[in-house]
Amino acid sequence: MVGGRGPGGRNPGERLKPLSAPLSAPLPAPLRAPLRAPLPAPLPGAARDARPESFPQAAAAALANPRVRANIRHATGAIRAKRAAVVAEVPDWELLRTAGAAIKDEALTRLDTVLVELESSVEAAGGMVHWARDAAEANELVVALVRAEGADEVVKVKSLATDEIRLNEALEGAGIRPIETDLAELIVQLANERPSHLLVPAIHKNRAEICDLFRDRLGLPHLTDDPAELAEAARLHLREAFLRARVAISGANFAAADTGTICVVESEGNGRMCTTLPEVLITVMGIEKAIPRFRDLEVFLQLLPRSATGERMNPYTSLWTGVRDGDGPQRFHLVLLDAGRTRVLADPAGRPALRCIRCSACINVCPVYRQTGGHAYHSPYAGPIGAILAPQLEGETGAVGSLPFASSLCGACYDVCPVKIDIPSILVHERAKVVARERPGVEGRALKHLGRAFATRVGYERAQRLGRSLQRPVARDGWITHFPPGPLAAWGRSRDLPALPAQTFREWWESRDDGA
Amino acid sequence: MIDRVALFVTCLADTLYPEVGKATVTVLERLGIEVVFPVEQTCCGQMHANSGYPGEAEALARRFVEIFEPYDVVVTPSGSCAAQVREHFPGLLGGDDGGVPARTWELSQFLTGVLGVEDVGSTYEGTVAYHPTCHSLRLLRIGDAPLRLLRAVPGVELVDLPAAEECCGFGGTFAVKNAAVSAAMLDEKLAAIVASGADGVCACDSSCLMHIGGGLRRQGIDVRPLHLAEILAW
Repeated sequence: MVGGRGPGGRNPGERLKPLSAPLSAPLPAPLRAPLRAPLPAPLPGAARDARPESFPQAAAAALANPRVRANIRHATGAIRAKRAAVVAEVPDWELLRTAGAAIKDEALTRLDTVLVELESSVEAAGGMVHWARDAAEANELVVALVRAEGADEVVKVKSLATDEIRLNEALEGAGIRPIETDLAELIVQLANERPSHLLVPAIHKNRAEICDLFRDRLGLPHLTDDPAELAEAARLHLREAFLRARVAISGANFAAADTGTICVVESEGNGRMCTTLPEVLITVMGIEKAIPRFRDLEVFLQLLPRSATGERMNPYTSLWTGVRDGDGPQRFHLVLLDAGRTRVLADPAGRPALRCIRCSACINVCPVYRQTGGHAYHSPYAGPIGAILAPQLEGETGAVGSLPFASSLCGACYDVCPVKIDIPSILVHERAKVVARERPGVEGRALKHLGRAFATRVGYERAQRLGRSLQRPVARDGWITHFPPGPLAAWGRSRDLPALPAQTFREWWESRDDGA
Repeated sequence: MIDRVALFVTCLADTLYPEVGKATVTVLERLGIEVVFPVEQTCCGQMHANSGYPGEAEALARRFVEIFEPYDVVVTPSGSCAAQVREHFPGLLGGDDGGVPARTWELSQFLTGVLGVEDVGSTYEGTVAYHPTCHSLRLLRIGDAPLRLLRAVPGVELVDLPAAEECCGFGGTFAVKNAAVSAAMLDEKLAAIVASGADGVCACDSSCLMHIGGGLRRQGIDVRPLHLAEILAW
């Protein structure tokens, strides 16, 4: 085991000297933590088995946690600035966005034939293709494939599709240990939490918290929060797993139908280890990840890293086509996952959500996400894209039905989307679906009344006069500062409201006309 | 040469901010333009559209188009209402819009882009921070039109608003449905306004100013919310 081995031999640098003394030296008091120091309880909503609640409820818990908000504000702010800088240096960025959107639309419009072509290309290259209608089918398939290899553990590349279907729980239920190998995903797994960001799943944690977690879960009581030391601890922990594992599970960023080539884009090299070292590789991918042609990657490999991490090029791009004798995995399985995607596809107004290449640029600019973080969304797809994708995938009912309303429609997401998904328009479209499905509440009845009133001048002017008389008990000195119970009370918790003035514009206009 | 425009005052300015409507009339008339106010007008339906009531929104859009179709130019002192008409009516009405969306302009867009005017003869004096509202910036794309108008006012000292392009957290019914998140967004905006050192915060949307102004008053911050039209009419 790696426990207790520590970062011996590394030169930690002068600046952090007091905290990174060699392990043999006597340690300062704060570092002599017991091996199993109790970890702080997971945040409400962060725990892996947290019960979904509506966005406003979940957001209230997040808002009450200044530490998480500070972590998220800091991290998204940094990525956002990097992205803006590297996007600005591409002269044909808008053309690339248009091309990315067009290629994805082409694939989605003829997904039936693209997928069948992908299947035959993968099989021609020696891979096996499996089709899964939903999460349960996909999980059953993967468990059966792992069992057939006689393996009781798997290494995993960071994969949103497997987060979505909760594959780890299914594997654990079958006595198979999944080991997340992406650093942030490992952190989330060790903390028994859910990811809070598409790309930076542990964005809600700072390095002091990660240090505490590693000390406890990896048995490294003397670890410091020096990032290099933390990374080294994870590296040592993971290296054994890479060398031992016989089965790896990955997601896919892209799958080219014409060649059967799967593409995984990553930063740490853990993905490369998973896709090359073990004997067996199982890739679970949503069907919307298929692209028609290998050469389409040219567009996406420019769009993705700049949008995602603000890098001109990501450190590791792994491409593989089926299997090759004596080189890499000898058995390759591709699991094609529907899980609601064909339903999204059937709705032309919601369909562009399937263009998403999971870069998370929309998340990093979202003013709502910045306040709440990702756990409030109760989906691996957080932020603006989550607010349009999760309700469509899961059906717009229950807690997920509150997500389309978790936006001020500020439009920052649409501006940065590398495949030009008009997220605000789809949010509005999804809101209409939720409204049509639910029994009208106070807001619904009010808007229906207003809709009728505004349909005629008489009704509208009557509503104006009614407003003036209704406010009389609560308006003081031109302002309303205390609100009766009702929808406006929520406004009044943090804002005053100007009272309706004695004269409307139209009344002034008419008096002016009379005078003229 | 445009010498007559129809004013779409917006339901919010009509009912809650008549001074914004009057200021718009003052600015236009000062430039020698006759202002017509079609009194049958009510609401563009933006609130219904954005809240998930497309049926009501479509009916109000149709009504709007009927009322304003006789006019060559429609001017409105609201970025988000202009965006609703220009950007969303064509889709909502399936193209059956009488060309009204393309003839409807937000005030600063109309002054700088259509009339080609920047100096409108305002005598306002004070330090002003300009908050570009989301829909005027990212949906309507009015760019720096309001800033050019403000710069042309001799007594206005424009100061930088940190993170100016961030949403103030209003978002229509969002401010009520997700009141806590909206308030947290507003807190950031208010802190930026205070940091700017301005004694007035200016925008092209009464709705966002209602939100910002309501927060300023609640927190006892002595900064005045001002619609662009009010500064230009001074």
